[in-house]
Amino acid sequence: MSGTLATVHAALPAVLPAALEETGRTSTGEAVLFWVLAPIMVLAALGLLFARKTVHAALAVVVVMVSLAFLYVAQDAVFLGVAQVVVYTGAVMMLFLFVLMLVGVDRSDSLVETIRGQRWIGVLAGVGLGVVLAGVVGRATYAPARGLVEANAASNPVGVARLIFGDHVLAFEVVGCLLVVAALGALVLTHRRRLTPRIGQRELAERRVREGGSLVPLPAPGVYARHNAMDVPALGPDGRPLEHSVPRVLRVRGQEADAREYAARIDRVLAGGWANGAGSFTSATGDGPPLGARALAVHAAGQEDAPDDAPGGADGADEPSAASADAHTADGDEMRDEEVAR
Amino acid sequence: MHTLMSLTTPAVVAAVDDVVAPVAWEGARLAVWLVVVPLVSAAVLLLLGRRADRWGHWLGVLASAASFVVALGVTVGLLGLPAAQRVQDVSLGTWVDAGALTVDAGLRVDPLAMTFVLLVTFVGTLIHVYSVAYMEHDAARRRFFAYLNLFVAAMLLLVLADSYLLLFVGWEGVGLASYLLIGFWNHNTPYAVAAKKAFVANRVGDVGLVLAMGLMFATFGSLDFGTVHAGVAQASEGTLTLIGLALLLAACGKSAQFPLQSWLGDAMAGPTPVSALIHAATMVTAGVYLIVRSGVIYAAAPTAQLVVAVVGAITLLFGAIVGCAKDDIKKALAASTMSQIGYMVLAAGLGPVGYAFAIFHLVTHGFFKAGMFLGAGSVMHGMDDQVDMRRFGGLGRYMKITYVTFMAGWLAILGVFPFAGFWSKDKIIEAAFVPVDGEPWRAWVFGGIALLGAGITAFYMSRLFFLTFEGQKRWSARRDGSAQHPHESPLLMTVPMIVLAVGSVGLGWLLSGAGFVEWLEPSVGHAEHHEPVLPVPVIVGATLGLVLVGVVLAWRMYAVGQVPVAPPRGTVATRAARKDLYQDVVNDAVLVEPGRYLTRSLVYGDKAVVDNTATGLGRATVGVGDAVRRVQNGYARSYAASMLIGLVALTVVVLAVRG
Amino acid sequence: MSLTNYLVLAAILFAIGATTVLLRRNAIIVFMGVELMLNSTNLLLVTFARYHGNLTGQVLAFFVMVVAAAEVVVGLAIIVSIFRTRRSASVDDVNLLKS
Repeated sequence: MSGTLATVHAALPAVLPAALEETGRTSTGEAVLFWVLAPIMVLAALGLLFARKTVHAALAVVVVMVSLAFLYVAQDAVFLGVAQVVVYTGAVMMLFLFVLMLVGVDRSDSLVETIRGQRWIGVLAGVGLGVVLAGVVGRATYAPARGLVEANAASNPVGVARLIFGDHVLAFEVVGCLLVVAALGALVLTHRRRLTPRIGQRELAERRVREGGSLVPLPAPGVYARHNAMDVPALGPDGRPLEHSVPRVLRVRGQEADAREYAARIDRVLAGGWANGAGSFTSATGDGPPLGARALAVHAAGQEDAPDDAPGGADGADEPSAASADAHTADGDEMRDEEVAR
Repeated sequence: MHTLMSLTTPAVVAAVDDVVAPVAWEGARLAVWLVVVPLVSAAVLLLLGRRADRWGHWLGVLASAASFVVALGVTVGLLGLPAAQRVQDVSLGTWVDAGALTVDAGLRVDPLAMTFVLLVTFVGTLIHVYSVAYMEHDAARRRFFAYLNLFVAAMLLLVLADSYLLLFVGWEGVGLASYLLIGFWNHNTPYAVAAKKAFVANRVGDVGLVLAMGLMFATFGSLDFGTVHAGVAQASEGTLTLIGLALLLAACGKSAQFPLQSWLGDAMAGPTPVSALIHAATMVTAGVYLIVRSGVIYAAAPTAQLVVAVVGAITLLFGAIVGCAKDDIKKALAASTMSQIGYMVLAAGLGPVGYAFAIFHLVTHGFFKAGMFLGAGSVMHGMDDQVDMRRFGGLGRYMKITYVTFMAGWLAILGVFPFAGFWSKDKIIEAAFVPVDGEPWRAWVFGGIALLGAGITAFYMSRLFFLTFEGQKRWSARRDGSAQHPHESPLLMTVPMIVLAVGSVGLGWLLSGAGFVEWLEPSVGHAEHHEPVLPVPVIVGATLGLVLVGVVLAWRMYAVGQVPVAPPRGTVATRAARKDLYQDVVNDAVLVEPGRYLTRSLVYGDKAVVDNTATGLGRATVGVGDAVRRVQNGYARSYAASMLIGLVALTVVVLAVRG
Repeated sequence: MSLTNYLVLAAILFAIGATTVLLRRNAIIVFMGVELMLNSTNLLLVTFARYHGNLTGQVLAFFVMVVAAAEVVVGLAIIVSIFRTRRSASVDDVNLLKS
């Protein structure tokens, strides 16, 4: 780090001749830098004042702070310039953005004033303050600036360090304590007390055993040969469709596909026809009773006859893909339910 | 009588204090014990509380008797000294040392003080003994004796003090004891009110004493008798008149003289021994003592002295008239007391010629009036606490001792030869006829009033005596409904009455023969006599004649005649006299009502001005707060705005000031 | 160019930061306004350090940075905690001081 600083310090005088002239005026280079940066900073500061979105305001402040870092360096305060970048733009502003994200970035603030008269008072006070302060510092007469060439003889960080660890070492220690206290304070302030016992994996598992029911994950839906879709129930080992393999949401919405229709399509395909009746695809041929029908026969034994054709089979192929947008595993569904319940 | 005749010139004597003996007599120091013993006894009785209930009254009697023994010893010692050395000052060390005012606590042991001390302790002891029986059934008897001892101590301090300040301590002490004893049965509201009335009236008098002390301090820079009396010669007459009038005010308050006389009648609310000791024999005579003690001041302030005499004369008649109409035996006696003290004050107002007779009459009056009060107490004791004389009658046959002792007192107050009153009261009448400073009108006026007073006194005292002991029985039923059974009181009560009766009979002759006037001379000064405007035998004859008229009149009306049980409406004068000549009405109209009005005005002023200022301030604060509250809208941004505006304003001001 | 220009720039930035504090309701933006004010004082300190040829100003600016960092940590924690309980980051909603 010190190496980097030294390098920067060594490089800077070449770029920004900070030394003052005899009259205490700056070099032209510095003047140019100032006149470029100052308007940008003022504009950015005004951005803070007027920005509707907090993120924009934060970015405007970042601009001001980086520009300040430049000005510090131009004013022979290399250490402070670097510290400004590290502390303010690197840490403080990032912290700001972080909190911003936490609080919610998408809300834009209303600029309508709610306290009566506050806007005029604020503007008056702000402008008045600016005028008074600028008037005071601008019209005061100063002795010719002496510059920091002598003070920075052993490089700026060394000079600053001598003062900090020499004259101001006690203040330094105290400030260190302050930082520790602040960190602890932040911890305490943001700590949220847990009001209910924590429910982890172990507790969930134990509850499932206690309540009985299925211990293993529910079967995944859509394991027909042609259709791997969420709305199609899986078939059990005995060839029967498993209703609960379809996500509960789809079942509630009535978007569940009819297993018998698919069985019929399978039979048709196996018989050498198009699955949709008009498709160009031909499946492999085979003898024997149609597989799907056979499976369904077991399932619907004693029930009504298997339908010959699916009524809405034309777009059957597209439906599952549409439904898969909100795909859920059965297990995931259950997890979601628990969360809602909690 | 021969002493009076031997006096030839009325010249005012030199200041008494010039004769203070340079030779100190150590025996005078014993006088301290006179005060200390009853005071310690009172403290013991009050502090021990109920633990002393069984023997407390005997301790009280013992303390009083011990004081009497000491007093007797000191008096005998004093008699052994030459007359010029009979004024002894006993210093007890510096008491008050406040800048310019330094007062030494000290006692003045002289014939005047010792006369009082003997009277107080002797009569006091007798009444203590009487009270043992009289208060036997009272649960608070111990407390009663504690107060009595406190009174004795305070009264002795009053008469023994050698400065007006220490006298004032005793003065207040007897006032306190009087208050406590009048209100001894304070569960009875009228009694408590009577105690308060006595207290307030006494305070009015005390203001006079305090004023007098202030004037003395301003004039003489000191308050002890020696310095004050020695400085009289240098003081202006105006100042001395003021001091004299202030002292007279004090005396009026304490001695129930016009116009502060109203409390004495109500003070009869206290137990009868209290009435006998405090409100007849001793405390009420403190005013006379004060005037006599300050004789040097009055001698130099003739106007004040004249006022004293006038007050005495008015009160003399006032009390006598009131006494004629009262049906309550104790109140009639109280009116009599008032009248008799009027005689004393009149005598004191006559100047040195009257001082000795004032004190003489004070002593004899102390005996026969205390005796009559005790007799009244005995009658009440036998008559179930009945006090209405119209409900007595014919009691002489049932209470022989009381009858005889009361008769002794009655004859004494009438001034019948050779009873005590003849030697003292008649001397006052004679002295009143002596022209002062060659102004015969005074002699005629004061002498005439004194003579008239003697006649009225004879009438009302005879009325009292005949209503109670003679005539028909007009007894009421007892409070429990049974018939009255009047009976003689126990020995503890009759013995003191007998002793006092003996005094009433023989004391005047005894003291007169023993040279009481000369004995007092070291204290009150020697007065040369001046012939009265009438020959002395004429005055004596007139007095006795008037007395006889009064007695015969009373005999016909109240012993022979029918006495109605219910008081008749009576004439205007009777009705007025029954109401104490409207003194309470006048007091109410002149003092109480304006005082109430003043108080109400002050309260109104307090509410309107002071309270409104305070509450107005509060309301203003609330109003300002209400207005400023709007600024406190709870928005942090508003607060920040005020901060910023303040900052800008401050900067602008600083810039503007700095130019 | 005179160094005064830096000072004027700092004053302007400070005024804008203060106005932000007064006018914006979003606590995070208000906070950024405060940061802006702190930064402008830092610029002032650095410039004056150069005026006087003395590094103490820069040291002071350094301390300001550290304290500002601590302040940001705590301040943002407070904002987060308020947001959690009230679902709002508006400073006007925190007005329980009003009766």
